[in-house]
Amino acid sequence: MEMNDIIKPENKVYSAPALLNQVHMHYCPGCSHGVVHKLVAQVIEEMGVTEKAVGISPVGCAVFAYNYIDIDWEEAPHGRATALATAVKRLWPENLVFTYQGDGDFSAIGTCESIHACNRGENIAIIFINNAIYGMTGGQMAPTTLLGQKTATCPYGRRPDLNGYPLAITPLLAQLDGTCYVTRQSVHTPANVRKAKAALRKAFENSINCKGTSVVEIVSACNTGWKLTPEKANKWMEENMFAKYPLGDLKNLEDGIQR
Amino acid sequence: MKDEVTLMKGNEALAMAAIRYGADAYFGYPITPQSEVLEKLEEEMPWDTTGMVVLQAESEVAAINMVYGGAMTGKAVFTSTSSPGFSLMQEGVSYLAASEVPALLINVQRGGPGLGTIHASQADYFQACKGGGHGDYRMIVLAPSSVQEMADMVALGFDLAFKYRCVSMILADGTIGQLMEKVVLPEQRPRRTDEEIRKQCPWAVNGRKGMRPSNVVTSLELDDDKMEENNWRFQATYREIEKNETRCELVNVEDCDYLITAFGTTARIAMKTMELARKEGIKVGLFRPITLWPFPEKQLREAAKNVKGILCVELNAGQMIEDVKLAVECKMPVEHYGRFGGNVPTPDELLNVLKEKLINK
Amino acid sequence: MINEIVIAGFGGQGVLSMGKILAYSGLMEDKEVCWLPSYGPEQRGGTANVTVIVSDERISSPVLNTYDVVVVLNQQSLDKFESKVKPGGILMYDTYGIHKKPTRTDITVYPIDATEATIEMNNSKTFNMIVLGALLHVRPMVTIESVLKALKKTLPERHHHLIPLNEQALNKGASLIK
Repeated sequence: MEMNDIIKPENKVYSAPALLNQVHMHYCPGCSHGVVHKLVAQVIEEMGVTEKAVGISPVGCAVFAYNYIDIDWEEAPHGRATALATAVKRLWPENLVFTYQGDGDFSAIGTCESIHACNRGENIAIIFINNAIYGMTGGQMAPTTLLGQKTATCPYGRRPDLNGYPLAITPLLAQLDGTCYVTRQSVHTPANVRKAKAALRKAFENSINCKGTSVVEIVSACNTGWKLTPEKANKWMEENMFAKYPLGDLKNLEDGIQR
Repeated sequence: MKDEVTLMKGNEALAMAAIRYGADAYFGYPITPQSEVLEKLEEEMPWDTTGMVVLQAESEVAAINMVYGGAMTGKAVFTSTSSPGFSLMQEGVSYLAASEVPALLINVQRGGPGLGTIHASQADYFQACKGGGHGDYRMIVLAPSSVQEMADMVALGFDLAFKYRCVSMILADGTIGQLMEKVVLPEQRPRRTDEEIRKQCPWAVNGRKGMRPSNVVTSLELDDDKMEENNWRFQATYREIEKNETRCELVNVEDCDYLITAFGTTARIAMKTMELARKEGIKVGLFRPITLWPFPEKQLREAAKNVKGILCVELNAGQMIEDVKLAVECKMPVEHYGRFGGNVPTPDELLNVLKEKLINK
Repeated sequence: MINEIVIAGFGGQGVLSMGKILAYSGLMEDKEVCWLPSYGPEQRGGTANVTVIVSDERISSPVLNTYDVVVVLNQQSLDKFESKVKPGGILMYDTYGIHKKPTRTDITVYPIDATEATIEMNNSKTFNMIVLGALLHVRPMVTIESVLKALKKTLPERHHHLIPLNEQALNKGASLIK
């Protein structure tokens, strides 16, 4: 069989989402961001809401998300994505509005905005990438850094007496009256990718249908920051991250929040 | 309702004028002495009439970022605060300017530094006119000196912001905010439709309607050459604004021997000082900048041509005086008189100062 | 004609609302008016004062140092504002609780028993209207009709039945001037 016989349209089983721009991503090989970006692009395409989608990118590794997914984007100051999203959704209530934030952005500098947007029940979807480290700035400690985990700013491992405890913010958000859907996913295996995609779809639908705030935490690997190979990083994540940040739904109100 | 004369506080006039303008959203956080803006908006419930969004944010930081988020979608969005709150907003102001999105910000100033006092001040002149946040940027700064101007400057501020895709600021003070005077509100205008917004703001982020190419608004540009280019573009806009948008009020400058320069509340007080002086036969004129940035330097230079001296009165330790001196190139004595800490000078106090510092010297 | 007035007393005595009604009354007569409160944490119990200007001409400064008319409702305010009456001007004060009377002779002083009159009317909320009635009797800068119109405009509909009571209070105040 020749090459040209194989690439006939009828043999096509997979293609990159049209909304994913054909440019080189700056993410490290092994990083979870690329997979999540692809899922976001796929879900928007499959839902047919490209004309309504507005993304808010953070400060952090995903700051350039707007270069990769071909929808309208606002780039937020560090931590303030949910404040921007609040305004966008209130002013354009029919739109799909989502933020894409890392652990530093969402649960350190932006904690106030994050909690209050969720508590107000803003009809937005929050994609929260938790890789327990500051990737972009070179591997410093994040609020979600595990005890004992080494980073550039806790080079001998995180100590509770010096650095406090890892912050699991998602369970906290699940307790708020404004959240309708709070879940933890990962994208390190094909099965997990499928589950994460379903979670994103649900969160996006909730935004469109104004059901309240949805939070999709993706427990992610940062093999560069963790100084591990991609494979070992995934293993380390399973063994250590999942213990502190177990996967699964924390809250799911099918009918949305009560108003 | 047309042309009806009503009596209201400066802060309330801001709120009413914004509804009448057809503003799309207000995001703010309470702080004395401007809380009546949010209170009035909540009382009026414009979401039921014009469809305007009103939201009490969790902080000034959140409020300015809501403004940023809304402004990037092409909507007419504004906030109001007082000095400490405006300090908190500075990062967002810099982002707004860097992203070239229109927005209206209001600072009803109180005395600082720090938590300071809740009473009137003009100590944020530098912060407003010389850039309080990081980077080279400017805002159009409007200084109202009456409740009527508080109302009128909402429309002016929004219109200029959209014309130049820049940030407009109304720099008021606690006295004008709390003062109740006669005011004629503008007629109710309808809010722009989403279609009109898309047409007016083709750059705006509000979804790829009709599968148009995607819009991204960002203040980030890691390519130094491109970022320099951006800066040149910002500067070109600022030069254009300087050329077209200086505004001032001149009173009795034709024959005056002495000129008082003052803005906002102090201009009102100085007006009375001028009246008192003229009763005594002292020819005093008043120069009141209405735009603090761009500063009306040509108009001042012209007005001050033949005067023996200038008294610059401010509720601060000497901020606008730098622009006054630059404008007149220090060709005549320019003296400063400031009260701060929330204190406001009285008209006779200013007359005494004028005599002491300039006339009897 | 310009009337530069300050009204001062305890917070809660109706100082600010009395000033507001006076300003509104001026508005009813198409006069130039302004109302500037001393605002702040002293909203309850502390001292409160308000500057009101009612004028036929454009008002320049809302901030003043001396006044044509000073109305004071406690000793503290009397001590603070006696010296700020313009020569030939008016000083009106409520006699209740005043132990140190004003001493100036170049002004007209009107002591009024407003607190006592309020007790007679059996309604503490009429106090500021009694004072206003007295003030307008000695300085008729606006008519009583305009005050009633102003009340109608500023009071919410559900309180309109109180307007006759306010009118009585205004008249009572006028009668305090001998």
